[in-house]
Amino acid sequence: MITEHPRIVTSRMGYDDSYTLERYLATGGYEGLRKALTMTPEQVHEEVNAASLLGRGGAGFAAGRKWSMKRADATTYLVVNGDESEPATFKDHLLIERDPHQIVEGTVIAAYAVGASAAFIFCRGEFALGYERLLQACNDAYRYGALGAGILGTDYSLDLVIHPGAGAYICGEETALLESLEGRRGFPRIKPPYFPAAIGLYGQPTIVNNVETMSNLPWIILNGGAEFASFGQGSSAGTRLFALSGHVERPGWYELEMSKTTFRDLIYDKSLGGGVRGARELKAFIPGGVSAPWFFPEHLDMGLDQDAVGKAGSMLGSGSVVVMDETACPVRVAWRITRFFARESCGQCTPCREGSGWVEKVLRRLEDGYGREEDLDLLLDTLDNIAPGLGWPPKQTTICVLGPSIPSSVVSGISRFRDEFLVHVKEGGCPMPPDEVRHG
Amino acid sequence: MGNGGLSPENLERARGIVALYPEPRSALIPLCHLAQAEHGYLTAGAMEDIAELVGCSPAEVGGTASFYDMLHLEPVGRYVVAVCTNIACMLAGAYEVLAHAERRLGVRTGQTSHDGTFTLEEAECLAGCDKAVCVQVNHRFFGPIDADGFDRLVDDLVAGRLADVVPSHGVLSRVHREVGLTARQAKAGREAGKSEEAGQSDETAGRIGS
Ligand SMILES: Cc1cc2nc3c(=O)[nH]c(=O)nc-3n(C[C@H](O)[C@H](O)[C@H](O)COP(=O)(O)O)c2cc1C
Ligand code: SF4
Ligand code: FES
Repeated sequence: MITEHPRIVTSRMGYDDSYTLERYLATGGYEGLRKALTMTPEQVHEEVNAASLLGRGGAGFAAGRKWSMKRADATTYLVVNGDESEPATFKDHLLIERDPHQIVEGTVIAAYAVGASAAFIFCRGEFALGYERLLQACNDAYRYGALGAGILGTDYSLDLVIHPGAGAYICGEETALLESLEGRRGFPRIKPPYFPAAIGLYGQPTIVNNVETMSNLPWIILNGGAEFASFGQGSSAGTRLFALSGHVERPGWYELEMSKTTFRDLIYDKSLGGGVRGARELKAFIPGGVSAPWFFPEHLDMGLDQDAVGKAGSMLGSGSVVVMDETACPVRVAWRITRFFARESCGQCTPCREGSGWVEKVLRRLEDGYGREEDLDLLLDTLDNIAPGLGWPPKQTTICVLGPSIPSSVVSGISRFRDEFLVHVKEGGCPMPPDEVRHG
Repeated sequence: MGNGGLSPENLERARGIVALYPEPRSALIPLCHLAQAEHGYLTAGAMEDIAELVGCSPAEVGGTASFYDMLHLEPVGRYVVAVCTNIACMLAGAYEVLAHAERRLGVRTGQTSHDGTFTLEEAECLAGCDKAVCVQVNHRFFGPIDADGFDRLVDDLVAGRLADVVPSHGVLSRVHREVGLTARQAKAGREAGKSEEAGQSDETAGRIGS
């Protein structure tokens, strides 16, 4: 069902100058912060608890709960994750380029609530324009008085650094991000500690939250956590920004009420995805980034709900939905996803570093017509060494969950389309046509 | 410095960036970007300067930089053209576009043209998937791009028609941090010149695209 709901994070997207301070102030900008500063940090935290705001970075951990996990007695940092590199995910990119002040405002609100002494926004390096806009927003926010000493006339002070990445998917993983922010190679840290809230940046308690998570905060403070939680359902409260791509008529971003809106609405509604490209049949779709196991037509009526998708064996993850029509080759898609993991594995853990490369090679030879029937079992066996049991959620043998994400696409593909994999062996190559070029 | 170190102006800017962070080493990657903006890649001299600024050895700068796709230890073309072939772009024909790009630029993926104008790369998802096939030139976005669109893009670059949109390789940002360089400085600045706060320097501050 497509519901009426406020645009919580995309309210300014209709303006060409949405990223400027002038537009931001003319559309209610920094009012949430002004209100937050009249409250105590505990009251701000309480509003976020009442909102049941789940983190939007992929793991879906409740923001308010995460904030409670930090030690109160030590210097604390707030780090905002804008590294967005999960394939098919492009919502943070939009928020960074088009509404950077909203991120800055949310960041100051969160820093105030958790008592952070400094905040950092980590911006993916490839977002050159977004980085420029964040820097400009940061400069302008200081001059306006929303950052620096004595914010908005109060005695609250905060410094913010906009920090550029330099091209490495793994730096989205929060402990790798902190390593990168400390000026090192982006190697995820060994757990425990499981959360940087215990030991994070420079060894201090650090709260890491996603860009979209921050972008919700000004609205939550202005309108109240209960009002936010009145949208969506259960743990999936509020709206969420979905990124739709692949074989659909209208790829793009859509802010939708969680839980009540279904995958069918997102993919088929005329005002949203507009249906599968060229009225073709839907073959499969990925419900939450390429780390997520695939869904099929029978899942279309499921709500965009974190728990429901989790129970059905996948995840809403980063909020990106990829549509594959009947012409998509599952071997080619699984190969390309695996290739991504093989390229981006940081190399610390043997199962991830070696496994990703082996699985990629076997998929490639299947696609090219050099495969064998036994390759299917070989693939599953190799993947079982990365995430034993190949269940969901995956078991972990590695430092971070990049490794355990590798099996998702291949296991989905083989379980559902075993015949199509075998046709590649029998016919000596891919029976599907090359991917059709979409003309701009 | 004769070996490609940072210019005096960039050294000054680099010191400002170092001062932003609680620990100098955190400035390593931002300074690598700054050095690339000057030279297009990380020269030996720049790495020596960065090492000194952040307090580590030049080898540590190189060892850190080599982890990151955007940091180059060897010269690259004036335009680094990156064609995304990840899932959404692949489903929109990215490998056909990449093959076309190889023919048009006369290089294989990963190579630089003889005249040093173009380097062609195959990119992972660039978070522009609704505009598949997505192409970046020096990390500026273009899309959706098909073969004809690619040819037009190359023509425009060669003719200098995109000079405003696409700076030369290595220039990540044309906007620089101008305020609040450290908590201490911000406080001092505020107390020293409250009247100057909304003054002219604000209006002339580097707007995007200027
Ligand atoms: C391999 C990997 C990549 C990740 N990439 C991102 C990312 O690009 N952006 C993001 O916000 N979180 C990413 N995450 C999740 C972060 O580790 C972290 O959970 C998140 O930033 C917390 O923010 P949230 O609680 O607001 O969602 C990634 C995790 C893994 C394992
Ligand atoms: S699982 Fe892979 S990406 Fe994660 S730490 Fe290990 S090797 Fe690196
Ligand atoms: S898959 Fe190409 S930009 Fe995302």
